[in-house]
This record gives sequence, C-alpha cells and structure tokens, in this order.
Amino acid sequence: MKARVVVTLKSGVLDPQGKAIEGALKSLSIDGVAAVRQGKVFDIEFDGEDRDRVRKTLSEACERLLANTIVENYAIEIV
Amino acid sequence: MKSAVVLFPGSNRERDAARALEQASGRAPAIVWHADPELPAGTDLVVLPGGFSYGDYLRCGAIAARSPIMRAVARHAERGGLVLGICNGFQILCEAGLLPGVLMRNANRRFLCKMQHLRVENAGTAFTRGYSEGQVVKFAIAHGEGNFEAGDATLEVLEGSGQVAFRYCDASGRVDEAANPNGSERNIAGVFNSRFNVLGLMPHPENLVDPLVGGIDGRPLFAALAD
Repeated sequence: MKARVVVTLKSGVLDPQGKAIEGALKSLSIDGVAAVRQGKVFDIEFDGEDRDRVRKTLSEACERLLANTIVENYAIEIV
Repeated sequence: MKSAVVLFPGSNRERDAARALEQASGRAPAIVWHADPELPAGTDLVVLPGGFSYGDYLRCGAIAARSPIMRAVARHAERGGLVLGICNGFQILCEAGLLPGVLMRNANRRFLCKMQHLRVENAGTAFTRGYSEGQVVKFAIAHGEGNFEAGDATLEVLEGSGQVAFRYCDASGRVDEAANPNGSERNIAGVFNSRFNVLGLMPHPENLVDPLVGGIDGRPLFAALAD
C-alpha cells in the first residue's frame, strides 16, 4: 500500500524559500502568480492493506518526525 | 567538571567546543558518538556543537534529535544535568523538545557569517553567571537557519520567566530590528529551558576564547561552567 504525506508551513509562518521561488517565477515572466509557499511530499510504502493502521502509523510518524508541528501542518493521503 | 561533546555526522565545531572546554576546565571533554546509547558516567555537562548534522536533511537538527545519544541527553537533562547547544546544537535541542521554539531559515535568505553583538538578558544561571545582566558581548554567528520562532503564548512564558538568555543588539546594547540579523522573534539569540539547566544559542561563544582570533567574550560562559 502506498501513502503520501504532505507537509506545509502553517499560515503566517515566514517562508523565505517560497518567496525566493515566487521571485524567480516572476523573473521568468510566468504571469498571475500571487504567492508561493513551499512544502514537502513524502511517498511511503507499507506492507499489507490495513488502511486504518497505516493512517495511525503515519499520524505518529508525522507528529514525531516528518513535521514540526510548531510551524508545520501535515496531511495524509492513502493512495 | 566532567564534560562531553556529542559528535553527529556533519558536526564541524566539536573541536572548537572541546578546546574552549579544556581551556576553561583544564580537562579535555569526552567526544561521544551520536549512536552511543549512553553518556560517560559522571558527565556534568553535555555540549551539542555546531555544524550541519545529517546535512540539515528534513529540517535542521531533525534527524540528529532522534539519534540514540539524544535519549541519554534527555535523561541527563531530566536529572538536572547541564546541556549546552550551540548553533546546530540549538536547532537539535529545539527539535528534541528540550527547548521551546524552532529555528527557521534566516528572514533575509542569506547565510550569515560575521561578528554579532548580543545582550545578556539573564545572568543568574549556571551558564551566564560570569556576565552581568544587560552586558553587551560580541560573539561570532555563522548560520543559515537561525530565525527563532515560537508561538505568542510560548514567547510570553519565555519572557515572563527569564528564559531569554541572549538577544541580538548593536554595539551600544540597543535591541531593535536593525540589530536583528536573521528575523528572530524579539531578537532572541538564545533561550533556557524552564529549569535553566539547558541553554541553546545560535552564536558561537566557543570561537571567542582566544585574543588571537578576535576576542574573549565567550570565556566567561565556559569559565562559569567549569567552576
């Protein structure tokens, strides 16, 4: 079973990398970009097909390592 | 004083820390590998040095904070033992939950490597009693992610309980935006835990212990710990 975890900065947290990317997009004349926030994607594979168990495991993984919940949110998607 | 410096893959200031400790205490610290499960028996002070542990993968300090030795460091802190985290060591302590807050990328997106004035905010601790409150000192800073962030509630607790150790300031001691190199909330350069036995700071006191390299403002910190 495959799962995807998306970690994003909470709103209000300064994202210098996102700002730099936003500036680069504008310098490429890619129009209409209002703002960019950079995040992270983790694709994780599991043995077995127990979706509830995988979701629970990934919640723990996010809380303990994948996200710093002071400044980041996470979303779990089982694919 | 018996001290230990933890060596993570990617640490690069462990020798500077060891040199400052040996100069102050007359005794070389143990160098402890990150994968070791225990600190040497009788360790009084653990230093987490600067560097780029695990190449700053995931988040700066995140992987190192979950290494085996950090469980021993947490137990040491729980027993009241002293822990000093410098630069990457500060980032590791925040990631390990031994200090509040988090170090984000510098607001100006630049790696900073320069001398920086700091104001001593609390001189009543085992780490800072060699200074006087409000004293302005000059340490080196060298970091890309030193932008200290914590929620408003946490910041109020830190301020109210004297847990802010150092703030970025100018040569006259003025703390304002112009003197803030990296965007840290309230110019915070270093914080204590609530029991004042754990200190983390971004600047490098261990690099200012020899007049040959530009100053000795870091000496009182190590001298106080060695006493």
